[in-house]
Amino acid sequence: MRVRMKVDGVVYEDEVEPRTLLTHHLRDGLGRVGTPIGCDTSNCGSCTLLVDGESVKSCSVLAVQADGTEITTIQGLAEGSTWHPVQKAFQEHHGLQCGYCTPGMILAAVDLLSHNPDPTEDEVRHGLEGNLCRCTGYQNIVKSVLSAASEMRGDGPLPGSFQDAPAESHETAGASS
Amino acid sequence: MTEQLDAGLVAGEIAEHPDALSKPYAGGELGRGRRRKEDAKLVTGQTNWTDNITLPGLLHMTVLRSPMAHARIVSVDVSAALELPGVIAAYSGADLADVQGALPCAWPVTAEMVHPDHPPLAVDEVRYVGDGVAVVVARDRYTAVDALEAIAVEYEQLPAVVDMEAAIAEGADLVHGDKGTNTCFRWPFASGDNYAETVAAAGDDAVVVKRRFRQQRLLPTAIEPRGVVVAPIAAADEYTVYSATQIPHILRVMLALVTGIGEHKIRVIAPDVGGGFGSKLNVYAEEVLALVVAKKLGRPIKWTESRSENYQATIHGRDQIQDIEIAATRDGTLLGLKVELLADMGAYLQLITPGIPILGAFMYPAIYKMKAYDFHCTGVFTTKTPTDAYRGAGRPEATYAIERIMDELAAELGRDPMDLRKQNWIRHEEFPYDMVAGLTYDSGNYEAATEKAEQMFDLAGLRAEQERRRGDNDPMLLGIGISTFTEMCGLAPSRVLGSLSYGAGGWEAAQIRMLPTGKVEVTSGATPHGQGHHTAWSQIVADALGVPFEDVEVVTGDTDSSPKGMDTYGSRSLVVGGIAIHKATGKVLEKAKRIAAHLLEAAEGDVEFSGGTFSVKGSPEATMTIQQVALATFAAHNLPDGMEPTLDSDYVYDPENFSYPHGTHLCAVEIDSETGFTTIRKYVCVDDIGRIVNPVIVEGQVHGGIAQGIAQALYEEAVHDAEGNLTTGSLVDYLVPAAPDLPHFDTGRTETPSTSNPLGVKGVGEAGTIASTPAVMNAIHDALRPFGVRDIAMPATPERVWRALRHDDGTPRDASGTVAYGGPSTNATSGGTS
Repeated sequence: MRVRMKVDGVVYEDEVEPRTLLTHHLRDGLGRVGTPIGCDTSNCGSCTLLVDGESVKSCSVLAVQADGTEITTIQGLAEGSTWHPVQKAFQEHHGLQCGYCTPGMILAAVDLLSHNPDPTEDEVRHGLEGNLCRCTGYQNIVKSVLSAASEMRGDGPLPGSFQDAPAESHETAGASS
Repeated sequence: MTEQLDAGLVAGEIAEHPDALSKPYAGGELGRGRRRKEDAKLVTGQTNWTDNITLPGLLHMTVLRSPMAHARIVSVDVSAALELPGVIAAYSGADLADVQGALPCAWPVTAEMVHPDHPPLAVDEVRYVGDGVAVVVARDRYTAVDALEAIAVEYEQLPAVVDMEAAIAEGADLVHGDKGTNTCFRWPFASGDNYAETVAAAGDDAVVVKRRFRQQRLLPTAIEPRGVVVAPIAAADEYTVYSATQIPHILRVMLALVTGIGEHKIRVIAPDVGGGFGSKLNVYAEEVLALVVAKKLGRPIKWTESRSENYQATIHGRDQIQDIEIAATRDGTLLGLKVELLADMGAYLQLITPGIPILGAFMYPAIYKMKAYDFHCTGVFTTKTPTDAYRGAGRPEATYAIERIMDELAAELGRDPMDLRKQNWIRHEEFPYDMVAGLTYDSGNYEAATEKAEQMFDLAGLRAEQERRRGDNDPMLLGIGISTFTEMCGLAPSRVLGSLSYGAGGWEAAQIRMLPTGKVEVTSGATPHGQGHHTAWSQIVADALGVPFEDVEVVTGDTDSSPKGMDTYGSRSLVVGGIAIHKATGKVLEKAKRIAAHLLEAAEGDVEFSGGTFSVKGSPEATMTIQQVALATFAAHNLPDGMEPTLDSDYVYDPENFSYPHGTHLCAVEIDSETGFTTIRKYVCVDDIGRIVNPVIVEGQVHGGIAQGIAQALYEEAVHDAEGNLTTGSLVDYLVPAAPDLPHFDTGRTETPSTSNPLGVKGVGEAGTIASTPAVMNAIHDALRPFGVRDIAMPATPERVWRALRHDDGTPRDASGTVAYGGPSTNATSGGTS
C-alpha cells in the first residue's frame, strides 16, 4: 500500500506491506533510526514518538494507519542546533544513562507537558507510566521533566545537577566518629 | 616559548585556528559534577545501537526456538523455509554441527565440575524453552520471521526438571542424561574456626537462628535487547563483529576459540550499548551463529533480539535457595555463620554461571566480626534458561541473607536491629581488617555512614511513631528496614581469580595518546554501556595532565582502536580501569618531564609539574605547558639523546586488592493490612564509595541500583510452570517497575578513601542493588513482626503480604506480638520457616 507521511519535516511517499509497523517503516524503510525498539508488547515505550503532536508507541501502529500524518521523532525535536527544553533538561539533570529509553521518554514528556504544563512530581510519574527505564530509577527523569516544565512556562529551569565551578576539596569522613 | 615551538614546526606556514590549541587547565576536575559527554547524541537520537547498523547487502537472521523445556530432536526440516521468496539460507543444529563449536564457560569452579557441551544450536536435545534449534537467513526482517514458521521440527518430549531440590533428589530425571547427575558442582568453603565446634563450645550461651531464603529468578531486562551484526571479508577470512555487549575484548578471544577463526582476524565493536546489568557479560549463541553463517555465506548478517526472545535466551539472574544459620552469644556477640546454598545453573553453563554463587561466598559475613564461617554451595542443572551475572552477581544474594538474618537474630534476642549491628561490625579504627571469609577489608567507616543515614531518615522519630501507631492498632502498618551492607568491587586481583579457577585475569588496560595540538586521546578496555565512562575518564585525565576536560577524547569498545581490555562488570571500571588510566598519565608525565627539562635546559630534578605546566625551581620565567611539550615531542627536533619521540603511554593495571564500598540504607514502608499493598514511604541511603570522580554520575548509579533492588523485593519474579514454560515471558507479565512504582530516594555520602589504589576509589555500579533489597524486605518484616510473620518470599506482592497476615482459614492474625524492640519478642523462635 502507498503511504505518505511527513517525518521530521520531510515528506516521504512509499509502498509498504499492510502489516508493516510504523516503527519498522521509520527504521528500516526511511532510515530514521533515532527511535529504538525495546519490546514486542507495547509496554516499554522506547519507540514513543509524536503523531500529529500526540505521543504514540510506534510499535503498536501500522505504517498505513499513519498515512497522511505528521510525525516528530527524537531526531526532529530540536530546532536546528537548539535543543528542545526537555532534551536540555535531560542532560542538565542526568535524566539518562544508557539512553535507550530516552527518545521515547523525552517525547512522552513533551506530550505530557503539552497537556499539563505545570505537573506535580506525582503527575509526572504517572504521566510517564508507559515508558520503562532500567538505569535511572526515574528520579532524575522526573526532575528533568519538572525542570523543562518550569522553563517552558517561562519560570526558568530548576537549578541544575551539575557544577560549572571546580569541585570543592574533599571532605573525608574516615578519621572521626 | 612560542619561538621555541615554532622552530619545531613549519613556522608560520600553518594558520592556526583559534580553537586548535588548548586553553589552560582550570583545575578541580576530580569530584566535579561534569555534564556527560555521552548525552548529546543520546538526547538527539544520533545513536549507533547495534540494530541501527546497516551494511550493503545485509541479511537478517532469525532463530527458531524450542517450545519445550526438554525434548529429543527427532528431525528438523528446513526445506519449506528455503522455498520461500527472499530466504537465502536455513540451517538446523545438525547442519552447523561441524562449525558452530560450543559456547564457553570460563569459570570451572572445581576440577570435578560437570561441564556439559553447549552447542549454539541444539543438535540432539533441547534443554530449555528458547533453546535454539534452527536459523533462517533472509533478505529482510519480516521474511526471516515468517520463514521460521515453515520449519518443521519433530520433538520427542522428555521430562522437564524445574525444581532444584527435586533435581538433586535420588532418581530425579536428568537434564543431561549422559552426565548421570543434575549436580554441577559442590563447593565447600570453611574459614576461620570450625562452626559446629564454636557453637558447641558456647554451650547454653549460644543462640542459633536458622532461616531459609529464596532468591527468586530475575530477568535482567536491559532496555536494549541484544543484537549482533557480522561483516565478513570472506576472501580474507576477516570479520567485523558488532555486538550489543559489555565485553568486546573477551568476546573476541572467545569467538576465536569457539570458531577456530584467528583472533587476529576478528574485530569486535561494541557500539552504543543500551544497558547490560550483567546480561551482556556473556558469549551468546547468536554471536557465534551470526559469525559462522556470515562466514558460510560471505554476506553481512544481522540478528536482533525481540523482548520475548530476550526473556528466554538471555541469561537470567539469581535463583538460589539459601539455608542460613547464625549463632551468637546471649549478649549478642556473633559467633559464626553457616550457609548451605543451592544455586540454579539452568540447563547449561554460560560464561561465568558457576562462579556467581562463589562470588557471594565471600560476602555472607559482610561487615560483621565473627570467628567461624562454614559455606557450602551445590550447583544444580534444571531445564531452564542458564543463569549468570546480574547486577551484583552473588553479592546481593549474600547481603540479603545476612542482613535479613541479622534482623531475625535481633528479634530472637529482643534487641534493636541497629544496635545489634553496631555491636558486631568492624569499628573504623580496626581497619585494615582480616575477615573470617579470608578477605582483607582495607578501609571503611560504618559508624559515620550510619550516623548520617539515621539523621537523614529520622530513625528515632519513625521508631517512636511506629510504637505509637502499634499501640493504636493502626491498620496501616509502619515498618522500618535496615541494610548496612558492604560489597567487594574492583574485580579483581588476577592472582585471586587464579586461585578461584577463573579463566582469565582481572587487570585493565589504558593508553594515553598525546596529539600534536595538545589534545589527548585515551583508550580504555573498560567498555561502557550507559555509565558515563567517557566523562569520568576525561576528568581523570584532565586532572592528571592539567589539560582541559574538553580536550580529552575517550575511545572505547573497538578491539582495533582500544585493543586490550577486560571490559565492564563487577563495579570494576573506575577501580581497575580508572586506575590504569591514572597510571598511564603518570608515564606520560615522566616522559614529558624529561623532555621539558631538556628544552628548558634544567636538571630533571629541578623541574616541577603543576596544573599542566612544567616549571624550573628558582626560575619562574622558565616554563612549558604540557601541550608545548607534546608539540615539541611531535616535531622531535630537539629531544634528549636516545629518547623515543612520543609521550604516548600504556598501562595495564592489576589491582592488589578488591575495594569495599559500604553504606547504610534505611527504608520505611506503609503496609495496608486490608489489601497487603506495600508503599515505600521513605528511602534514605548513605553510601561510602571512597573518593568521587563525578558526584552526579555516582548519584545516578545509586538511584538505578536501588530501583533494581526494590524491584526484586516488591515486583519481579521469573516464574516457570511445572513443564518448564516461562510464564512471565514478556513485559506484560514480568513487572519491571515504572516511575509511579518507585519512591524518591534521599541519597547521602561519606567518603572513606580506599587505601588499595592511588585514587582512593571503590566503585558504585552495584551498591544500590545490593543494599536495597534487604532494606525493603527488612522493613516489611518489621511491619509484620507483631503478627508472628517471620518470612515472606520475594517479591513481597500484595497477595503474599495479605496471606501472611491471615491464618490458613482466612481469618486475620492478631498483633499479639506487639512488643517494640527493647523487650523480648514473643514470636521469633529458632529454626524453620513460615
